[in-house]
Amino acid sequence: MRLDWELARRGYRRYSAYPAATAAGAFTNTIFGFVQAYILLAVYRHRTDIGGYDAADVVTYVWLAQALIMTVYVFGWYELALRIRDGSIATDLARPLSPLRYWLAFDLGRAPYHFLFRGIPPFIVGAFVFDLRYPSPGDAIAFLVSLFLAVVVSLAFRFLYNAAAFWLLDYRGVANISITVSLFFSGMILPIAFFPGWLKAIAHVLPFQSVIQVPIDVYLGKHVGASLIGVLALQAAWAVALLALARAALAAGTRKLVIQGG
Amino acid sequence: MVDALAVYTRLIGAQVRSQLQYRVSFALDLTGTFLLSFIDFLAVLVIFHNIPRLGGWSVHEVAFLYATSSISFALCDLAIGHLDLFPQRIRDGTFDVLLLRPRGTLYQVLASELTLRRVGRVVQGLIVLGYALSGLSIEWSAGRAAVLVLMIPTGCVIYGSVWVAGACLAFWTTEGGEFTNAFTYGGNFLTQYPINIYSAWARRFLAYVIPMAFVCYFPALYILDKPDPLGLPSIVRFVSPLVAGIAALVAGAVWRLAVRHYRSTGS
Amino acid sequence: MIEVEGVEKRFVVWRKAGRLRRRRIEVRAVDDLTFSIERGSVVGYIGPNGAGKSTTVKMLTGILVPSAGRISVGGLEPSKQRIQLARRIGAMFGQRVQLWWDLPLIESFELLRHIYKVPAERFRENLATYREVLDLDPFLHTPVRQLSLGQRVRGELSAVMLHDPEILFLDEPTIGLDVVAKERVREFLTRVNRERGVTVLLTTHDLADIERLCSRILMIDHGRLIYDGTVDDLLARYGTERTLVVDLEEPAPPLDVPGARVVQVDGPRQWLRFRREDVSAASLTAAVAERARLVDLAIEEPDIEDVVRRIYLGSA
Repeated sequence: MRLDWELARRGYRRYSAYPAATAAGAFTNTIFGFVQAYILLAVYRHRTDIGGYDAADVVTYVWLAQALIMTVYVFGWYELALRIRDGSIATDLARPLSPLRYWLAFDLGRAPYHFLFRGIPPFIVGAFVFDLRYPSPGDAIAFLVSLFLAVVVSLAFRFLYNAAAFWLLDYRGVANISITVSLFFSGMILPIAFFPGWLKAIAHVLPFQSVIQVPIDVYLGKHVGASLIGVLALQAAWAVALLALARAALAAGTRKLVIQGG
Repeated sequence: MVDALAVYTRLIGAQVRSQLQYRVSFALDLTGTFLLSFIDFLAVLVIFHNIPRLGGWSVHEVAFLYATSSISFALCDLAIGHLDLFPQRIRDGTFDVLLLRPRGTLYQVLASELTLRRVGRVVQGLIVLGYALSGLSIEWSAGRAAVLVLMIPTGCVIYGSVWVAGACLAFWTTEGGEFTNAFTYGGNFLTQYPINIYSAWARRFLAYVIPMAFVCYFPALYILDKPDPLGLPSIVRFVSPLVAGIAALVAGAVWRLAVRHYRSTGS
Repeated sequence: MIEVEGVEKRFVVWRKAGRLRRRRIEVRAVDDLTFSIERGSVVGYIGPNGAGKSTTVKMLTGILVPSAGRISVGGLEPSKQRIQLARRIGAMFGQRVQLWWDLPLIESFELLRHIYKVPAERFRENLATYREVLDLDPFLHTPVRQLSLGQRVRGELSAVMLHDPEILFLDEPTIGLDVVAKERVREFLTRVNRERGVTVLLTTHDLADIERLCSRILMIDHGRLIYDGTVDDLLARYGTERTLVVDLEEPAPPLDVPGARVVQVDGPRQWLRFRREDVSAASLTAAVAERARLVDLAIEEPDIEDVVRRIYLGSA
């Protein structure tokens, strides 16, 4: 437990050491937030409700999505793959600390930093310009729980497409496809409620909605009572499942390394 | 001028050859980029699944904007997208080497790389353009055809100018790289949709400060024969090349200023 | 060829002063530097790390603009006439690679040929010469990133000479090289200087480079020039101490001999330091022989290493 805390602190510090980069990133998030907000507001001039979201919901959605981008790190993480490629994974595996546990702890330390310093500032800007929705205290707590689960799901998935590097020389192709698919089906680009029926069905079967769509829906109070428990349980289930898959991939990859060499 | 072009071709040629060395990997990359870039357009289609028109524009009209914006951007990205990594060159000192050579620094930086696999995005843009044109009834004339053809290089130059001006930030701080993304990738994103949906101050900014509105919106108004909901004089539909020229000059001036600063204060 | 007059370079550095605030400090990397270098000479530029050597070279090559003073290289002002000057100089920074990382060496040469607009005939001649002198053939078609350090340095040296520069600025060209490679590089530089009259400014920590190549030394410390003269003068002025190493028959307490002092004792061996002016080696030997039984002896001449070290320490 102590170890995990130390790792988490390291994760936090890795990014807090570059405040200029964080500020620049937050600026970009703000700009994208504005563009997306206006696009969706233009959509809402034609309809007042799409899939249970009204205009205020959807604008809040935009700013939350921007806040979550870096928090759950949807845009591509390659650190593990790079370590596999350059061989330093061998040193990592020689240590009595599973790389999966390492990166999970690290990421859970990193996520709060990004949420606070890259997520909140653009949201505040958005709050000044647009009328956003704010959660009830209960929903706010549920949101934080959901966010935590979202980070875990995201990390496990990222771990998986990085693990491709154990077997593929050019892991980038797999990574790119994974990232793009997960991005689209997480609801980051557009709320899943906007999707046509068949696409929505696909989205509901995949784990990616747990990464952005679900936390946002919880914040917006779209789930109450049993439904809320249900959706958090779904996130948790995906977290467990993906972590198990990641563990298996790591084990398989390690075996391959040991047998075949770096 | 001819000589500069010849050297550029050589520098790029060497890069291209080195990238094409791994044929299979390159083909996969190319296909991947091509397929993945359709996801962006999927967003447009999903929006129009829910509403008939956006800001007074039909799906084919928006597709037209999307396509022309994408093609210009993708070509620019292909040629100078590597500027995103420019801060690294300042950090590790390899920029200094360029100051030792008898050529302009901007020229050398731009000629240092070409990311060929991004041509997949260009192809995607062309396909979407085909889709757009198939659904539009445009009254073609020599003028309209000329504007359409010109839109691509002018858009390219405008994006390029923004990219170069943004890259100059690296001479002051090497950590602010993402700041430029707001204008390059942000610019590409917002020009995929009709500019009239944005707020008044944003529109003015996009017309007079960072001229994104001239990438495809204004020329599109002419080609599609749409009245400008903002009532600007019709001349704006034709001045894109001029705007691109000015943007390029401004970008060049900013670069020169930035290099002068760098040479005075050191690394 | 190179004229430097009253040149200064000031940098502004922000130091942390407490949690949030920062203090503005002005650092003088180079202070009132004045010297001139004649065409065709090979000059060594030495000094401790951080003394201002790289800063000087950057100003001479046009990378950095001086805060004050005047610089003239080949009649041109580096900060204002960078591109013109670039055609006539070559520079090599030991730690940084100028060649294209992913391309075969020969392709880097071809690209440089076009960048510098070297006439085809001249390029062919130069290439042939360097291939022979630096033995480039074994790795001429290998990508630069796969080359060993020695091969890379030889490649870079050829690269900077392709366009027949009149002046060469070399920043630690032999660093990290093995003895054989170092010799090759020194030979190349000597030849290039002798046959083509190329002026060379060589920054180095390797004093063997200095002894082998340089007729003159410029020594800089804390941004100021502390020595400007020939190697011989340097030794004559500062290197007046010699060492007599004696092997006695058996270990003895440090010998007490007028005109010399014992600086080291190791069993039967003792090192005696003496000054040329005070006593001759012959009389000192005789004096030692009177006091103990000598088995063997040797004389060590002043070493430029010692000299330089003493000057660094002296001026600190």
